[in-house]
Amino acid sequence: MTRETILHPTRRSLLAGGAAALTAAALPRYAQAQSSEPIRLGFQLHRTGIGAAYGRWYERTALAALKVVNEAGGIAGRPVEILFEDDATDPRRGAEVVEKLATQARVDLIFGPLFSHVVIGSAPRAGELKIPYLVCSEGYHVASGKLNRWTLQPGITDVRAQVTAMAPFVTENLGKKVTMIFPDYAFGHDHRDFFTEAVAAQGGEVIAQIAIPPTETSFTRYFPRIPRDTEVLYHVMVGPAVLTFVKELGEFYGSGAKPEIFGFIDSLEAVDIASPGLEFLEGSHFWEGQCRMLQPDASEAETFYRDAVGVDANGAAIEDPNNVSCYGHMFSVWETLFAIKEGMEACGWRGPQDRQAFVEAVEAFTDMPAGRERPQGAKVFNAKLHQAFGHQFITKLEGGKLVKVHETSIEDSLYESDVDYTAMSF
Amino acid sequence: MEFGPFLLLAVMEGLVGAAVLALTASGLSLVFGVMRVVNVAHGEFFMLGAVAAWFVSQWVPGPPGLAFAVALVACPLLVAGLAALADGLVLKRLAYEPEATIIATIGLLYILQQAALSLYGPEARPVPPPFEARLQLPWFGWSGYKLFVIGAAGAVLAGLWLLLSRSRIGLVMRATQVDRETATAFGIDVDRVYAATFALGAGLAAIAAVLIVPIQQAHYLMGGDPLLLSFIVVVIGGLGSLRGTLVAALLIGLSDGVISTFFEPTLAKILATLLVALVLVFRPQGLFGARA
Repeated sequence: MTRETILHPTRRSLLAGGAAALTAAALPRYAQAQSSEPIRLGFQLHRTGIGAAYGRWYERTALAALKVVNEAGGIAGRPVEILFEDDATDPRRGAEVVEKLATQARVDLIFGPLFSHVVIGSAPRAGELKIPYLVCSEGYHVASGKLNRWTLQPGITDVRAQVTAMAPFVTENLGKKVTMIFPDYAFGHDHRDFFTEAVAAQGGEVIAQIAIPPTETSFTRYFPRIPRDTEVLYHVMVGPAVLTFVKELGEFYGSGAKPEIFGFIDSLEAVDIASPGLEFLEGSHFWEGQCRMLQPDASEAETFYRDAVGVDANGAAIEDPNNVSCYGHMFSVWETLFAIKEGMEACGWRGPQDRQAFVEAVEAFTDMPAGRERPQGAKVFNAKLHQAFGHQFITKLEGGKLVKVHETSIEDSLYESDVDYTAMSF
Repeated sequence: MEFGPFLLLAVMEGLVGAAVLALTASGLSLVFGVMRVVNVAHGEFFMLGAVAAWFVSQWVPGPPGLAFAVALVACPLLVAGLAALADGLVLKRLAYEPEATIIATIGLLYILQQAALSLYGPEARPVPPPFEARLQLPWFGWSGYKLFVIGAAGAVLAGLWLLLSRSRIGLVMRATQVDRETATAFGIDVDRVYAATFALGAGLAAIAAVLIVPIQQAHYLMGGDPLLLSFIVVVIGGLGSLRGTLVAALLIGLSDGVISTFFEPTLAKILATLLVALVLVFRPQGLFGARA
């Protein structure tokens, strides 16, 4: 019983009003009906705006996970519905979407947003409305302690953990003088701050930091700022212009000498790595949240997940090899839905009155073993930080294929912090 | 990188920006000059050109060069036709009243943008360049296609200048620009001139977009920046003056390239906007504008 909808607030609120009137008239019957009533989850989706490529795949992943959950009996025996609402990848609209889902659509909780500026703009509203808000966002803003008790990130690791885990690989294998190129907003600043720190801890040095506005469409003019003695070029880029970014980087270096290149797969999410002009990336390394191309040692859970979402061995849609997925990130939607299921079942979810109990149940998570619920791999949940910690993958582009060359352990990604959400009030 | 090559790259990047900007802004300038209409939807005609080029690249088989050639002819014609339709359906009915047309073109902006979102989708899609060529200089490599963009834009602008100064259509347009009523008295069909001007303006934006889309990818929100920069250029150059528009486009495009390479792109935008403010205060008719 899935329902992919655009909300019809007036009709829905009318129905809700009607339902409330009926309930008042026949209270005993309602209590009995409640147990089989569907659980309604709100999904804050970047369907349009600069996050649209992610939105398309986050929706597809959510629907695939929903199908698996419902076929296995739903959550605590109740069927599950997801209501998708577009936030245009816009922080102000994001806060409105949270409000609309919570007060008009009356969903049980909200999940799904990715872009850090949208999450930072929307999470305060979720806190005010006291509705659980599970983000798939990667940024350090959750673990930093600047959000609230209602915002949780059980389905993907944060940037600080990612770069902490990977900096040793970069300095040991690629070089010690690093130039960073990153988008000029919260997500990019997390990279700038924590990677610089992590590289210094390894005896390396970040010799230049090049910030690029997230709406930029032309990049060549930034490249002359890359110092000539750069040994490793570290790039992470997002938005509709990522293909232009890597292409222009290739044109800039051309056949001349170039540094080692280490990129976050973000710079190539939803982009075919075999696109003309990207040949220069051959031999370069990538961080991937999950390996886009099917690896020989892939787990049963991963192949199950890949098939369920409809992704081929190259990371593209099975029906269209040109439609490349956001494979490095979209597992977070799947894993978050299963975390919601586990949290709701642990707290004996009845309805919105159990929202606080749900947050407390998620805070009680510790070990989150690998399996079909977590095809990306095992995770450990840190309740104080409201953040999951997990494995990271480094791949190398060899013969047009992204081949896994390193996997970090969960311990590699841990860092000291005195943030404690569990001590905050609801 | 040393100063010399650094400056060379900045100037080359600036020239690409200037070339595309000159095309887009001359369309805006023409529409204002002849029709006295401030076309806020101009950026969306630019976007439509790019989006149409993507569709052409999908539908026309054969080498990318062929699809590109088809796009370069068909897309501007299509966009021009759409603009002529908008002129007849909307602007003409408002009797080209300045305030009303501004509001109407704002409406047009949203209609075109949302139509593109509905029909084309929210993704940024690449259009293959007609040829893959790379210029390898001793210090850096550069896209050979960008050189083509500069050349092609120059050729189109030269053609536009010839059209306006030497052809009968240009004469009629200029006559309408100078005095609409007298032109009518001399038997010029002003309605047709207006429709043609609006179509030509939109077509110029579409040509600029087809040229730039192999570099930038087609996206439904891509019309915002060209609109803003075109307004800056047209205000600095003098509304309605083609010569002023070209000079200002070169000035703004080059300074944008150089300043954003050496400093920050944001600083380039700040300075351009400051220049607009200064021009408006000290020379409201623009650098080359004839009337206040």
